[in-house]
Amino acid sequence: MNEGLVQIATDLRDTWTRPEPPAAQEETGFFTDTTLCIGCKACEVACKQWNQLPADGFNWTGNSYDNTVTLSDTTWRHVAFVEQHDAATDSMRWLMMSDVCKHCQHAPCVEVCPTGALIYNEFGNVYVQQDVCNGCANCVVGCPFGVIARNKADGRAHKCTLCYDRQKDGMVPACAKSCPTESIKFGKVSELREQARQRVEQLHARGETDAYLYGNETWGEYSALNSFFLLKDKPIVYNLPEAPRRPAAHLKRNYLFSFMASVALTAVSALLFSGGERG
Amino acid sequence: MPGLGASFGRGAATSFQEDMQNADCVLIMGSNMAEAHPVGFRFPMMARERGAQLIHVDPHFSRTSAMCQQYVRIRTGSDIAFLGGLIHYILENDRWFHEYVMAYTNAATIITEQYRDAEDLGGIFAGFNPETRSYDGSREAWQYEGHEGSGGRTQAGHAEKAESFSERTGSLDSATPPTDHSLKNPRCVLNILRRHYARYTPQMVARICGCSKEEFVRVAETVCANSGRERTTCLVYAVGWTQHSVGVQIIRAATIVQLLLGNMGRPGGGIMAMRGHASIQGSTDVPTLYELLPGYIMQPSALRDHGGLADYLKQEEVKTGFMANLPKFLVSLLKAWYGEAATRENDFGYNWIPRIDGNYSHLACTVRMLEGKMRGMFLFGQNPAAGAPNGRANREALKKLKWLVVRDWFEIDTAAFWHKGPENPDPAAIGTEVFFIPAAASAEKDGTFTNTQRLLQWHDKAVDPPEDCRSDTWFVYELGKRLKKLYAHSTRERDQGLLNLTWDYEFDHAERLPDGSISRIHGETDVAKILMEINGYTVADRQQVADFNGLKDDGSTACGCWIYSGVYPEKGRNRARSRKRTPGVYTSPEWGFAWPLNRRMMYNRASADPKGRPWSERKKYLSWDEEEQRWTGPDVPDFEPKKPPSYRPNPDSRGMEAIAGDAPFLMKPDGRGWLFAPMGVKDGPLPTHYEPLESPLGNLLYPDQRNNPTIERYELPVNEYNPPNDEFPVIATNYRLTEHYLSGPMSRFNSWLNELQPGMFIEISPELASEKGIEHGGWMVAWNRRGAIEARAMVTRRIMPLKVHGRTVHQIGMPFHWGFAGETVGAIANDLTSISADPNVSMHEAKAFTVNVRAGRLKGHAEIEPLPPAPWPTREESPETAKSDQPEGQAI
Repeated sequence: MNEGLVQIATDLRDTWTRPEPPAAQEETGFFTDTTLCIGCKACEVACKQWNQLPADGFNWTGNSYDNTVTLSDTTWRHVAFVEQHDAATDSMRWLMMSDVCKHCQHAPCVEVCPTGALIYNEFGNVYVQQDVCNGCANCVVGCPFGVIARNKADGRAHKCTLCYDRQKDGMVPACAKSCPTESIKFGKVSELREQARQRVEQLHARGETDAYLYGNETWGEYSALNSFFLLKDKPIVYNLPEAPRRPAAHLKRNYLFSFMASVALTAVSALLFSGGERG
Repeated sequence: MPGLGASFGRGAATSFQEDMQNADCVLIMGSNMAEAHPVGFRFPMMARERGAQLIHVDPHFSRTSAMCQQYVRIRTGSDIAFLGGLIHYILENDRWFHEYVMAYTNAATIITEQYRDAEDLGGIFAGFNPETRSYDGSREAWQYEGHEGSGGRTQAGHAEKAESFSERTGSLDSATPPTDHSLKNPRCVLNILRRHYARYTPQMVARICGCSKEEFVRVAETVCANSGRERTTCLVYAVGWTQHSVGVQIIRAATIVQLLLGNMGRPGGGIMAMRGHASIQGSTDVPTLYELLPGYIMQPSALRDHGGLADYLKQEEVKTGFMANLPKFLVSLLKAWYGEAATRENDFGYNWIPRIDGNYSHLACTVRMLEGKMRGMFLFGQNPAAGAPNGRANREALKKLKWLVVRDWFEIDTAAFWHKGPENPDPAAIGTEVFFIPAAASAEKDGTFTNTQRLLQWHDKAVDPPEDCRSDTWFVYELGKRLKKLYAHSTRERDQGLLNLTWDYEFDHAERLPDGSISRIHGETDVAKILMEINGYTVADRQQVADFNGLKDDGSTACGCWIYSGVYPEKGRNRARSRKRTPGVYTSPEWGFAWPLNRRMMYNRASADPKGRPWSERKKYLSWDEEEQRWTGPDVPDFEPKKPPSYRPNPDSRGMEAIAGDAPFLMKPDGRGWLFAPMGVKDGPLPTHYEPLESPLGNLLYPDQRNNPTIERYELPVNEYNPPNDEFPVIATNYRLTEHYLSGPMSRFNSWLNELQPGMFIEISPELASEKGIEHGGWMVAWNRRGAIEARAMVTRRIMPLKVHGRTVHQIGMPFHWGFAGETVGAIANDLTSISADPNVSMHEAKAFTVNVRAGRLKGHAEIEPLPPAPWPTREESPETAKSDQPEGQAI
């Protein structure tokens, strides 16, 4: 029989059938310990190799050793480099941090997605279903970390899948697998949080009191992150927001504001048009 | 690496990277380990997390420095001053490990009366011949007291380098030279050491190196506090030490530090020589070096009395120590090469081996090429047009060839030199015929890598190489077959070696790929057969020998490379292919095969005290089991396994019988680690600070002796050296970035790596930048007498000016990864470096040279178009995989 017809028939069937989603598993995530990062960028390359992502172009930035600049639709791991010089002691510090999708527990991208393309998969990871995404880019503006981006070629939103395909086969995500110093740790979120807590204690005991966890728990209006970080300086130094905003948390106020604004505008126009008869 | 060889006996990393996790302190100098060896750097990081101190001493603050608790900036090329300072600090403050040093080193040995130190002679040692610029008299002038000196051994001067075991380990009449254990004799080694380093005070170190006195003392204190009975310090270096005019001596200085502190042969100690290429260790073991036969056996030389096999052995065989076995190894090698044609009557074919009559090292050959004395060249995995010192000289040299064969994955810089490059070459004017032959990648062929820790790891062929790509063994094997055919009817004596060469490595059955299908490649070699020959076998029944202890000097055994013997001990058992983990045993003895005899840590007898007990519970490794009467531990003993600690030789004992039960350096003729090297190094028995060949500064210690007196210069129009004045006041060094590999043939054709580091840049301090009006991200030019390059300026505090000799000196640093072929192109750092040769290994000095800098671009410089990036996607969809399960980027 004609293969095309079979495909159409399958697609039609799939449109109407709702297969049972896979049973939920314990949540997985990343704990990225920046104190162990040697800035080798193996995570960036392993991610691109496994996911077959193209290079973003060759642009020398002069921004320390960072030439990929930001997470994008085709860069799902990005290593930031921060050179710090302490004039008082004339000493250098070079912070390196492998950034990635935060896999938020309450992810704004999921909340704003109109098509349901963005979901939490059975591992609790935020995942874009490419065959559902319509490229509206709501998620792009919804994400306070600038993680997700739309690809110009196919028009859809792309970001870290937390190597969903590898996890389904019981494998560690490519970036964590390739990290030579175990700066990127992959595992069950509950275990990672405990590990991270102990690590901070250990560093504090060693005198490194500037170490702290970013996104380990709910803070402000934002949920905890399933992909969280150990940092040594203010979040802004690593280009992370101090207090990320979750658009959905502002819905009531924003609706109210819109309503008030429309009332006010109606009132103003009414005033303008009702101002007595013209001469 | 004669630096290690002269001190310990073998020129290889003494330990294994996994052992670095046991260190209490890791001193990294001359290595950018985190960037150049990121995978191995896992182990220093593990040590750090267990509480170890990591120290980086380097001209340039790199990703390695960022990981270390202590970073000390020094002037490039001042390493011996720093290490000499450490030796001084250890001796002056009595921080040396007395029991270890007195038992395991030649500290108490008495040196001949003829010896004069550099301190006495203004920077040179006794035995120097100014005419030949070499230490012709060293055999007598640096000798142990009572030793006869050269023993009639002929000298080859500059033409040959000290790489062979017999050169390095040296030879003595007796394994028990005169000693004075009370250390009262002023001529015993430790007292000579004290005098030699008396002026290397912390103040002097600070003045020469440009660091502060306090920084130096903090390093010295940390290293000393983390050495001794309970603690160990590991030392790491790489080509940041070797690529100097005094490279071998820098390494020698490190060996003295480690011997004095008692860190050799012990867990968490040792000296890790980080190798610069994949399998470069292998390429010196089964050598691509001109003066060596496999297993560090010296190539017969026309300059020595090497006439027949007996003459050769008379010259090279040592009386005491392990290398007394040399005849077994050499005869077995000849049997492996010449098979049945090698008989006792014809000296086993010894005379078919070509004699060397000069320096045929890489750079000496480049100079020959420049002079039009070479007709052709084969290049395997090498890129001299961008990767060799003085790039322009190398490109000029290539133009003088009649033919050039380049085997590589891509049309690399050297294959493209005739139509591309900074000089904008005119193809019509170049007569060189270039054959570019596509090579197979490592996953497309069987073979082994020998890594930095002497570990052989086999890799299986996964797929056939595409199109016309073939493995290097396929190519060499075919070449050999054709050459043999060409000379088949020759009756000339000199061709008999080629004709008698055993050359039979084809598969017995059709070669199968891992999926069971038959390979489409015809005539591929069965690499396992080569490894089996390397391991060695008995000639009569062609059974594999278990290890090199089974080799004989009567022609009954054959062995391609004795140090690897044991890698294939029986048919069907390729130990290099083994990947078993041993739970709880961090030496992982079933993972690959480490030469010699699968020893992971060399000289490990020293991990126990003279009586065979561990130095401490914390640092135990090997110990003598009194009941079993043998050495036990997690590793293969680097010692005779059943020789008790109490064993003492007779004065006339020979071979291994001459090595006492408490002499751990069994390759050395006296079984001791050599603080003072009476033999094995060609530029002095003790490391001495000399300025680099190019330096704007004088030698503070020896004003009349600025440079290493034995350095070999090549004064050519394309290879001018910069004068030591302010014409070129800026000191330059170069290094690697993690993102690229060497001069880029394997990385500049890969867009995933190119996007990470897409262009050449020069790192420069804010002070120098503002002095010269250079802007961050703008263009700048660096030039000297050999060339000029333009690159983006990376103004960063990771590079800083130094206060040296009381004046401010600027340094710049640059990666050396770019060239004119590839998806990204850029200036060649090596266009600024020079061709010169240190006297031991013909090493050039790429890590310290001088330049001047300015803002702006070069005029009239050829703008080179990079290759377009490879089309995307590079991979087809995976078969039998649903569309939704294909890698996401495939569709983009």
